[in-house]
Amino acid sequence: MIQSLESIIKKHPFFSDMPEKHLDFIAGCAKNVAFPELYTIFQEGDPANEFYFIREGLVSVELVVPTRGPTTIQTVSEGEILGWSWVSPPYRWHFGARTLQRTRALVFDAKCLRMKCDEDHDLGYELLSRFMSVVSARLDATRLQLLDIYGRHN
Amino acid sequence: MTPKAPARDGHLLLDLSQIDLLIHVLLRRDYEVIGPTVRDGAIVYDRLSSVDDLPKGTTEEQEGGRYRLKPRNDSALFGYTVGPHSWKKFLFPAITQLWKAQRTDGQFQILPADAKSPQFAFLGVRACELHAIAIQDRVFLEGPYVDPNYESRRKGIFLVAVNCTKAGGTCFCDSMGTGPKVGSGYDISLTEVLQENQHFFVAHCGTKKGAEILAEIPTKPAGKAEVALADAAVEECACHMGRSLQTNGLKELLYRNTENTRWDSVVARCLSCANCTTVCPTCFCSTIEDLTDLTGQEAVRVRKWDSCFVTDFSYIHGGSVRATIRSKFRQWMMHKLAYWVDQFGTSGCVGCGRCITWCPVGIDITEEARAFRDAESSVNASV
Amino acid sequence: MGAIIETDIAERVVTDPMVPELFRIERLKRETEDTFTLELVPVEESTKISFLPGQFNMLYVFGVGEVAISISSDPSRTSRLEHTTRRVGVVTKAMGLLKTGDTIGVRGPFGTHWPVGEEDGRDFVVVAGGIGLAPLRPVLYHLMAQRERYRNIVLLYGARSPEEILYKRELERWRGKFDLEVQVTVDRGASGWRGNVGVVTPLVARAPFNPSNTVALVCGPEIMMRFAAMELQKRGVLPERTYLSMERNMKCALGYCGHCQYGPTFVCRDGPVFRLDRIASIFGKGEI
Repeated sequence: MIQSLESIIKKHPFFSDMPEKHLDFIAGCAKNVAFPELYTIFQEGDPANEFYFIREGLVSVELVVPTRGPTTIQTVSEGEILGWSWVSPPYRWHFGARTLQRTRALVFDAKCLRMKCDEDHDLGYELLSRFMSVVSARLDATRLQLLDIYGRHN
Repeated sequence: MTPKAPARDGHLLLDLSQIDLLIHVLLRRDYEVIGPTVRDGAIVYDRLSSVDDLPKGTTEEQEGGRYRLKPRNDSALFGYTVGPHSWKKFLFPAITQLWKAQRTDGQFQILPADAKSPQFAFLGVRACELHAIAIQDRVFLEGPYVDPNYESRRKGIFLVAVNCTKAGGTCFCDSMGTGPKVGSGYDISLTEVLQENQHFFVAHCGTKKGAEILAEIPTKPAGKAEVALADAAVEECACHMGRSLQTNGLKELLYRNTENTRWDSVVARCLSCANCTTVCPTCFCSTIEDLTDLTGQEAVRVRKWDSCFVTDFSYIHGGSVRATIRSKFRQWMMHKLAYWVDQFGTSGCVGCGRCITWCPVGIDITEEARAFRDAESSVNASV
Repeated sequence: MGAIIETDIAERVVTDPMVPELFRIERLKRETEDTFTLELVPVEESTKISFLPGQFNMLYVFGVGEVAISISSDPSRTSRLEHTTRRVGVVTKAMGLLKTGDTIGVRGPFGTHWPVGEEDGRDFVVVAGGIGLAPLRPVLYHLMAQRERYRNIVLLYGARSPEEILYKRELERWRGKFDLEVQVTVDRGASGWRGNVGVVTPLVARAPFNPSNTVALVCGPEIMMRFAAMELQKRGVLPERTYLSMERNMKCALGYCGHCQYGPTFVCRDGPVFRLDRIASIFGKGEI
């Protein structure tokens, strides 16, 4: 059974509890998308006018490090949100994203959402507070990674 | 004339010469008699060969960070309290060899250590110390594993307890319910009475062994008056404790205050010198050392006293769990007064005051406990 | 197969619990650059090995010293012991230089074990970080040997990097099973690695288990266990059904040297496996 965009969005904890009218608008900005494996979704520095909700697959969030090449910082997988560079100027990606497996996602038109958030601050608040949680969780995980807890101690 | 064996529950009267006889009876039976004696400016526990080795006419002044011997104006044998030694020195020695091993190429064999433990007679065990021994019994004998070294030393002990008739400057056995009157666990108990021109000891048998030993000494039964004088001296002592500690709810109080800033005030003073754990009669922490000789073919395993104040005590791959003085002092005090109750069913403290006396900067466990209690009641009062 | 886990630990007459039993190294297998696994057999052939998953032994290297190492073998095999350890200190480094046929001293097994007695019908979530997978391997063997007793079984394993993944072949075998969910992540990737990159804790949020019917077993660095416990609780796994394996300095493993004290507990005796609700008041508190 093919699920409608609306039902996928409404079921996911990230969007749940949002008022109906906001959900409808957001669903209107969303499209289904599918990527093959090892596909570059966007590159560092590209304009950031969308964000993704990963439905299936695995995406590498990476930075190109001189002499090391593209280096995976973290991976984002099923049920997770990819991308928040669309929120603040200059609206450019701070990192790149490349699929490691065949990936299906929902892509959201962030340019359109940004404009609507400027008009409707309630929608803005709902969206931004949710993105705040995503960023916060990623930051916690990144800090743990930084601690190198499995590393050698001497 | 052979003296009659005294009745089990009766009190007997001994004089100075009979105390000497008691020591000799024990020596004749191949006991190593250990008791208080003066050495290096303190009253320590060491081997006795006669009553002359006891600190006759000596007392001590104890305060936070201070210990001085002083002469008395009488010839009391037991007119002092406790010094830097405790009986754990003999029951749980500072260094014990556990076993030896011998290697040939990559293989080795383990040989048991020569386990000949001496038979001790302790003369002069105070009430608080009886409790301390019972507390260490619980650690080494009543857990899931029995320490065979402690067990073999403890089994043959002959215990002569002494009731305190003078409280020390840092004593608080009264608060801890551990004294000054001795409870149970002795073979013989003695209470010294000095009155004008009288000097005698009221003895009580605690066990058949005690009665057997006393039967070899000519004694008289003690009269009601003498027993009353002895009891009064001990009761008097209970009124002159140098310190006090309120114990009700103490465990819970400390659990509630693990993050209280009061712990920081100790940091400014505590040197982490481990004196307190060394002199404490209940502290039982030890470390295991595995050593080889120069050829590398013979190894020994040795157990040594250790202290939670030692830097690497809580070391695990890369660092110590308790690295700061604050956390180490907190561990010591919370273990003694709170964790111990959950681990062994009693407080770990017997109120002997040694940790207060022997702390070079005079940190006082009773004062610290009071500070937490006062802090809480002042908060409650202002609410 | 069989009811190995339900039986009591075999009674051994031990006159002095400080004296090790002698074992022979059958094999010393290098797992990663600084981690190795010892396979040990008793010198005294009639000795039957018996332990519960989560317990540890004290291993003695002649003349060097003793360390506490969790047992990581299959508890249903009574003829040999396996211990996986990192070379982090004097004793483990000396241990890593031993050869097949060398003697090693073993005291144990000591400590509490992972709950496997009365948890029939539950989902099991096993969260392992780094070398923390080693003390969990025995319980994984048990869960798979008695698979029909449990519902969903999930293993979430975080390693430092792809080269530092332990038990690679076994993990691949387990990953191939249809009735077991295995997710592996690394803190830092490497070229050629096409799996998850990131710490293991976020995997808890999305793993396939029913929180109200789940038993969680967590083992790894203390900070990782803290965050994993938080994620588990966020999803609704009860602290009464969450188990951690704590680690402290050990010398005697018998409850009287005092080194392993953790609040009012002795890790050698009341642990190393603790139920989270029982240590809730001290878990995560600094320098306890």
